[in-house]
Amino acid sequence: MGTGRRKKLHFSKIYSFKCGRAGFKDDHTQIGGPGFSRVVYCNEPGCFEAETRNYAGNYVRSTKYTAASFLPKALFEQFRRVANFYFLVTGVLAFTALAPYSAVSAIIPLIIVIGATMVKESIEDWRRKQQDIEVNNRKVKVHQGDGLFSSTEWKNLRVGDIVKVEKDEFFPADLLLLSSSYDDAVCYVETMNLDGETNLKLKQALEATSSLHEDSDFKGFKALVKCEDPNANLYSFVGTMEFGEQQHPLSPQQLLLRDSKLRNTDYIYGAVIFTGHDTKVIQNSTDPPSKRSKIEKKMDKIIYFLFGVLFLMAFIGSIYFGIVTKEDLDGDSMKRWYLRPDDATIFFDPKRAPVAAIYHFLTAVMLYSYLIPISLYVSIEIVKVLQSSFINHDVHMYYEETDKPAHARTSNLNEELGQIDTILSDKTGTLTCNSMEFIKCSVAGIAYGRGVTEVEKAMAKRKGSPIVVNGKQDLEDSADSDSKSPVKGFNFKDERITHGNWVNEPRSGVIQDFFRLLAVCHTAIPEVDEETGKVSYEAESPDEAAFVIAARELGFEFYKRTQTSVSLNELDPVSRKFIERTYDLLNVIEFNSSRKRMSVIVRNEEGKLLLLSKGADSVMFERLAINGREFEEETREHVNEYADAGLRTLILAYRELNDEEYKAFSEKFAEAKNSVSADRETLIDEVAEKIEKDLILLGATAVEDKLQQGVPECIDKLAQAGIKLWVLTGDKMETAINIGFACSLLRPGMKQITINLETPEIKALEKEGEKNAIAKASKDSVHQQMNEGKALIRASGSEAYALIIDGKSLVYALEDDMKNMFLELAVSCASVICCRSSPKQKALVTRLVKLGTGKTTLAIGDGANDVGMLQEADIGVGISGVEGMQAVMSSDIAIAQFRFLERLLLVHGHWCYRRISSMICYFFYKNVAFGFTAFLYEAYASFSGQPAYNDWFLSLYNVFFTSLPVIAMGVFDQDVSARFCLKFPLLYQEGVQNVLFSWRRIIGWMFNGLCSAVIIFFLCTKALDPQAFNKDGKIAGLEIVGTTMYTCVVWVVNCQMAIAISYFTLIQHIFIWGGIGLWYIFLLAYGAMPPSFSTTAYKLFVESLAATPSFWVVKLFVVISALIPYFSYKAIQMRFFPMYHGMIQWIRHEGQAEDPEYCNVVRQRSIRHTTVGFTARSMARQNRVKDRNQNHR
Amino acid sequence: MDAVAMYQFTQQSLPACKPVLTPAWVTTTFFLVGALFIPIGLVSLHASHSVVEIVDRYDSECVPDLFKSNKVVYIKDMSIHKNCSRHLKVHKHMKAPIFIYYQLDNYYQNHRRYVKSRSDQQLLHGLQHNDTSSCTPEESSNGLPIVPCGLIAWSLFNDTYSFSRGTHKLRVNRKNIAWKSDRNHKFGKQVYPFNFQNGTLIGGGKLDPNIPLSDQEDLIVWMRTAALPSFRKLYGRIEEDLNVDDVVVVNLLNNYNTYSFGGTKKLVLSTSSWLGGRNNFLGMAYTSVGFSSILVAFVFLLLHVRNPRPYGDTSCISWNRKSISS
Repeated sequence: MGTGRRKKLHFSKIYSFKCGRAGFKDDHTQIGGPGFSRVVYCNEPGCFEAETRNYAGNYVRSTKYTAASFLPKALFEQFRRVANFYFLVTGVLAFTALAPYSAVSAIIPLIIVIGATMVKESIEDWRRKQQDIEVNNRKVKVHQGDGLFSSTEWKNLRVGDIVKVEKDEFFPADLLLLSSSYDDAVCYVETMNLDGETNLKLKQALEATSSLHEDSDFKGFKALVKCEDPNANLYSFVGTMEFGEQQHPLSPQQLLLRDSKLRNTDYIYGAVIFTGHDTKVIQNSTDPPSKRSKIEKKMDKIIYFLFGVLFLMAFIGSIYFGIVTKEDLDGDSMKRWYLRPDDATIFFDPKRAPVAAIYHFLTAVMLYSYLIPISLYVSIEIVKVLQSSFINHDVHMYYEETDKPAHARTSNLNEELGQIDTILSDKTGTLTCNSMEFIKCSVAGIAYGRGVTEVEKAMAKRKGSPIVVNGKQDLEDSADSDSKSPVKGFNFKDERITHGNWVNEPRSGVIQDFFRLLAVCHTAIPEVDEETGKVSYEAESPDEAAFVIAARELGFEFYKRTQTSVSLNELDPVSRKFIERTYDLLNVIEFNSSRKRMSVIVRNEEGKLLLLSKGADSVMFERLAINGREFEEETREHVNEYADAGLRTLILAYRELNDEEYKAFSEKFAEAKNSVSADRETLIDEVAEKIEKDLILLGATAVEDKLQQGVPECIDKLAQAGIKLWVLTGDKMETAINIGFACSLLRPGMKQITINLETPEIKALEKEGEKNAIAKASKDSVHQQMNEGKALIRASGSEAYALIIDGKSLVYALEDDMKNMFLELAVSCASVICCRSSPKQKALVTRLVKLGTGKTTLAIGDGANDVGMLQEADIGVGISGVEGMQAVMSSDIAIAQFRFLERLLLVHGHWCYRRISSMICYFFYKNVAFGFTAFLYEAYASFSGQPAYNDWFLSLYNVFFTSLPVIAMGVFDQDVSARFCLKFPLLYQEGVQNVLFSWRRIIGWMFNGLCSAVIIFFLCTKALDPQAFNKDGKIAGLEIVGTTMYTCVVWVVNCQMAIAISYFTLIQHIFIWGGIGLWYIFLLAYGAMPPSFSTTAYKLFVESLAATPSFWVVKLFVVISALIPYFSYKAIQMRFFPMYHGMIQWIRHEGQAEDPEYCNVVRQRSIRHTTVGFTARSMARQNRVKDRNQNHR
Repeated sequence: MDAVAMYQFTQQSLPACKPVLTPAWVTTTFFLVGALFIPIGLVSLHASHSVVEIVDRYDSECVPDLFKSNKVVYIKDMSIHKNCSRHLKVHKHMKAPIFIYYQLDNYYQNHRRYVKSRSDQQLLHGLQHNDTSSCTPEESSNGLPIVPCGLIAWSLFNDTYSFSRGTHKLRVNRKNIAWKSDRNHKFGKQVYPFNFQNGTLIGGGKLDPNIPLSDQEDLIVWMRTAALPSFRKLYGRIEEDLNVDDVVVVNLLNNYNTYSFGGTKKLVLSTSSWLGGRNNFLGMAYTSVGFSSILVAFVFLLLHVRNPRPYGDTSCISWNRKSISS
């Protein structure tokens, strides 16, 4: 193995590691004390001492329940819901003499409902279990003694085992790194699953163990590790290792965490320190906050309201019952003697009428329980699961490139998607691809590159004109603009430069220097694919990679880096052949945010010393030499142009150094670098400052921070739908503003209110370093800036403003006394951009918007830094992109691309909102309608608690005869099709304004239920009693009247549904008519059972109802009459006061959807004035042109 | 399911009918409702009118003047004869069969205590069935079980009627007045009344202990509890026609106590139609709803023609109103 080991350069020499080797610091004295008691016997996990420790195994369980705890735990969860608990109580009471119906009939619906929920719960848990099994049975190589390693399952690992992990494998537990395939025992770790960062982390073992390269080396290996107890801190680890009679301090540098992955390293050996639930990653995993949608919270209120109504009804009934019961016995004379009031049980005892009334109250509460829809919760859960599966299966939200469909991870927030008022979006990876593309450059004052940015595409599409770039009509380019550029990170198109043509350009020398600088001045590491010879790069940042790739594509292929040199394959302008050139790398002066530039000092093959530098225009132009400003003017112009097009620019410049100068610098630089004082950074900066001057300008680069596909269109649609978009990014203000322009969140002519702390006074204070003074001055400054902003907005009426605030100011703006002011200001701006914000601030802003405005917020992000925001928002949407799974894991819904948000919100969100709210309203309707017939009947039965219906009719009402159509509505109903949802984005406002679930509408539906109940009850009783029921002179008794009424209720409730929905597929037909059919089938089947079971329903349908014309005639009349009020209401509303979806239905129905002008009329009216997006942008431009024209006249 | 349908299903684009309540649909529907309801209503009304019904309330008239102020004492006094005769004039030809009903008002046969106080098992199996706890307080008397037990049976209606036209006695058929399923499957053929009305407090009628319950149709009819506090129960049938201006003399025994609770008693003679007894309500309701829906259709049509619809006018949508006002 030793021979195959790659003798790679020691990266420790290039990077200055922040976390160096641990010395015995204070922490280490605590070892052995409380909190630091762990002792690991490496390589002898089975020894006696280790056994006595009894550390947990490596088996990991993520399931909610175990086989034993499932029943009690799941039941407890269920009965925490008030409604379910109520039904449990009534179910228990049903076993007493209080019950108006039989106990079995009362308990069965509850069992069905609870059972269904528990089945769902258990299926979900079973899935988690499968995942656990997969993870626990992964294989790893473990030392079995005698230097032999063999595979075993993860779950069998014990603390102290020595394991060998190979390239691209996950670490099975928290390991102590002992050695790796590299000589200096380093290894690369990808911690994407932990923190979402994609860059590789370097870990290094102790020198003492670094020589254990072979399996056989572990034959007699023994070490004792004492370390901290399991904890959740990912970035700390304190311990000591006793090895070879010596104590070695351990630091996080030696700890490999479970769920991270070994990269770029062939293998490592490690000792298991923490297993299973002791590992840091599992200690770290907290249960995500459980979110409930606003609609569900409101639904709870409605249920409480209904409980109120129920108790009121029961109360009224009890009082009446008490009075009547008392009157039954007057001394010795009985009034209603047939009830034997003289010999009554307590429930009917006139002598103790108040007690009887109280008992009756309980009976009534049980009897009117049909007001509360027992199956509501379970139906909603079923519906939401199905809705989620529609979201998951939507082909329009499937991203082919990464094979990722949308994934609704939690199903209980679907309807919330239809009510989003504000979207808080991350930038990198969400709006942008996090891939930089070298797209343009300006060399020697000449602009090159004809690539087209996403923004330009969107604008052009909107205008319908071909794109004009560099004075040429780029027809070809716009035609194939959708096809990906062949090389990732490179989208440079200019035949003057590509294919080596640059040698023919007038200033080819400058161009050569320019690209050479790009190829040399960076910190990327090349990786040569041995088979194809292709070079790829590992770079710190994507822009850096883009530069190296650009240089490679244009003939300056960087292929090798050693500790001291950089090697290129260069195109020689004279011979037009590739020649190898090696530059001695002398120094790297790294990039940091205050310097805003990076430089390298190299010696070329001719022996010339060169300082190559690239940096932001703000710092570079001032460092140019007087003779180096030849192209300054043109370059500045180009840089501004690029910035306007949303591109990131860097200025490239160089200078030649002479030996003395370099020598002086080199000494000072080394001194500064080696200094250990706190101001080391400043020292380095100062030294570098002195040499990075008198530069000669070469040109500028423009890199597109590529917007994800379709982002501008999506933002435009969302803006038209009235959704506000805030961008919260960790990026610099300039970048953020660039992207703001790129996404049309900002546009020329929009007034920007910028709040930052870059004022000279504060900078001066910062230098002095007085913290309190800084804080005070900063706070005052932020306060003042916000006040100014507010005054500005107040002064002007309808103009659109943008608020841009940076992280430092945000610290003060989010303080308790200022946050409301900040919110007020932010809400009155059309777009808000917070830059340089930390993850915590992102979460705080989200909370502020959520609580401050009370509106629904959606956060969207892709990285670990967005997790807080995603969890804080009402809905977190994770982008399942490149930046790890952290955001996705903590999101509620994962999508692959930002643009899918449009469909997710405008189509699925709208539908789900509409479905769920209609469904809940309808649920209450059907139960009020049913419950009130029972109540009205009571009024005619002296409130004695006698139900009008047979026990089983009562109990199966909710579960069988009326629930399927509601579920069908909740799953399938559409007011308008997806196409129209997208065409008329304002439709979305129905959800934001919550018009479909307003109290008015809810009460309206309940009132409708009341009307239906009254109509059904009175029409049925008046029509059936007291005369003969059929030709045979038979009379309609309780069972016939009750059953007829019940049949009417079932019909009315199901037909009501048929009127209410506007989308009939075969499924709806089956469920609605099937529900009614089921009732008849049940009536037949139930009636055919022996009379001891079917009691009053025995042969009822066959003998009494079916053959009797008056049953059918009465039913027809009652059903249609009960539907007329709602039908009239809906017809009048649809014709004279249509809601927005109604209008769109008109448009569709009348076939005017294809008439663009007509649609525009409807749409135009819906576009708000101060909004963002390119529609608004082009409208603003038109208005300006119009104004100008008018002024001319 | 084939692939296309499955795709349409998952993409929520199944072929669907998307009804829109256009004025045409609305008016058509209302017209149709009218067109359907008016004829049905007229037919129902006709059916109802074809039924001849004689209703005679006799509860107060049958109390001797002496007891008018204290009817309860009268009805409870077993020594007083409760004979009473009523003269009913036939105002229209009545075709046989003529159904005889008694009607009680303000009688809560649907009271929960009352409805529950019976034992279906005992009615079917008699004394073999011991558990009659549901029958309280008429479960047993003098230590012996009662068959049939329970309040309903105990309070059996016991007024009796006999009819004569002139001197000719009208035969009353009291068979087949109960539902067949009750007679055959709910009341035992081998179950005989036992220890019935032997308690200290006598409720309603007595039963012949030699006739099995399945033949005691009075009881069976009575045991099917009524839905509302005003109800009729079938007493029997007169199986010959009654002519106009015939006077039917009813001899009745006014035994049943409705005086304690202020109830009334009526005797009803009625023919029947295909729709049952005489009740104009259904026909009237049908026709009036029918006419009003035609009216609504016209009004709607008129409004529709008068007010052209402002296409795409979103000004009346709630959120726009809000933003204008704020």
